[in-house]
Amino acid sequence: MNTWKNFAKGLIKENPVLVLVLGTCPTLATSTSVINALGMGAAATLVLICSNIVISALRKVIPDKVRIPCYIVLIAGFVTAVQMLVKAFAPALDQSLGIYLPLIVVNCIILGRAEMFANKNKIFDSAIDALGMGIGFTLALFMMATIREIFGNGTFCGFEIPVLIDNKISIMTMAPGGFFVFGLLIAFMNKFAKHKPRKKDFGCEGCPQAESCGKMSCTEKAKEAAVND
Amino acid sequence: MIKLIVILLSAVFINNYVLSRFLGICPFLGVSKKLDSATGMSLAVIFVMLMATAVTYPIQAFLLIPNNLEYLQTIVFILVIAALVQLVEIILKRYIPSLHKSLGVYLPLITTNCAVLGVTILNVQDYPVNETTTFWWGFAESMINSLGSGLGFFLAMVMFSGVRSAIEGNDIPKSFQGLPITLIAAAITSLSFLGFGGIIENIFA
Repeated sequence: MNTWKNFAKGLIKENPVLVLVLGTCPTLATSTSVINALGMGAAATLVLICSNIVISALRKVIPDKVRIPCYIVLIAGFVTAVQMLVKAFAPALDQSLGIYLPLIVVNCIILGRAEMFANKNKIFDSAIDALGMGIGFTLALFMMATIREIFGNGTFCGFEIPVLIDNKISIMTMAPGGFFVFGLLIAFMNKFAKHKPRKKDFGCEGCPQAESCGKMSCTEKAKEAAVND
Repeated sequence: MIKLIVILLSAVFINNYVLSRFLGICPFLGVSKKLDSATGMSLAVIFVMLMATAVTYPIQAFLLIPNNLEYLQTIVFILVIAALVQLVEIILKRYIPSLHKSLGVYLPLITTNCAVLGVTILNVQDYPVNETTTFWWGFAESMINSLGSGLGFFLAMVMFSGVRSAIEGNDIPKSFQGLPITLIAAAITSLSFLGFGGIIENIFA
């Protein structure tokens, strides 16, 4: 597989947040300020790269039936390591990310990439895929956080912006602003990026539980896949 | 007693898991299309949240803290939740098949629901056992908080499924169809929950 293509697909074409719509919870919760968003992106990228490499290396060892629990244990291990690193070297970031740092374990992007890519591909390709996806995730977070911080708080990375600092729209940094900006960004992607608007509303491609999921679109898809196999 | 009521009501209205803490967004957006599946999913979430708290809180208090193993919290909690969900599914399938039929499909989905892991971690953080609180008081607070969080999730899901059925069939700009308009609707729903801020404390003050 072409290494560059493999890397670049995570940035825009298959951006995990804006196109695949995975990992929505941390996206909405940590994009209140640019620093938080970058910290979250870096932490998730680190976990994603480590887990993709290890899962790809172990893909022939892990029995198919218990693969999801194995992945979760591996991912939880890496998340714990990252948590301790952040606590030791960036205690301020640890404070502001709070609960969302341990919750990287259940971030669908990481489990999704393990299931979609790492368990089928070589170690190097998986690492590149993880890097691309991680940067795509960080990029989406950064975009959202930029909009929310500039309009909601009148600052960018903590630097005050004239005029806007006196006209804060503080709702942008609160919960409704998160949903609103996220909706606008996806609509923007639909309009200008070269892919068709999504017919269904939610990403099932990476969902390891598509088969047992209650949603009809996923169940039908899984059945189709089973028939095709 | 009043403290427990405050915890319950704050968890439902003010710190609503979905609409102000952004936990459990995936099922909120994915399963809220129809009222009956939204109800089923939320009931399963309430059930698993209570079970998970009942198991993880004693583990934290009696196993991890005395042995200085708090750093294993994330791994232990996610494994306990995953095993618990499997166990509950097996038991329901064997003994209460009618309940399994209505909740069963949602159960495996809940393992990777961040609201459940979130509630267990927040409980041991916010209501710890220390010199001033006994284990049972902290446990009671945690269980009430889990119940409130589950009910808040239920409320948000049911409200939002109503909002979504009103969106359906409207003339929406092409690039906003599907997820974007759903998110904008979620923004407005979450706006309505901002109005509860400060009410509960003042009622019981």
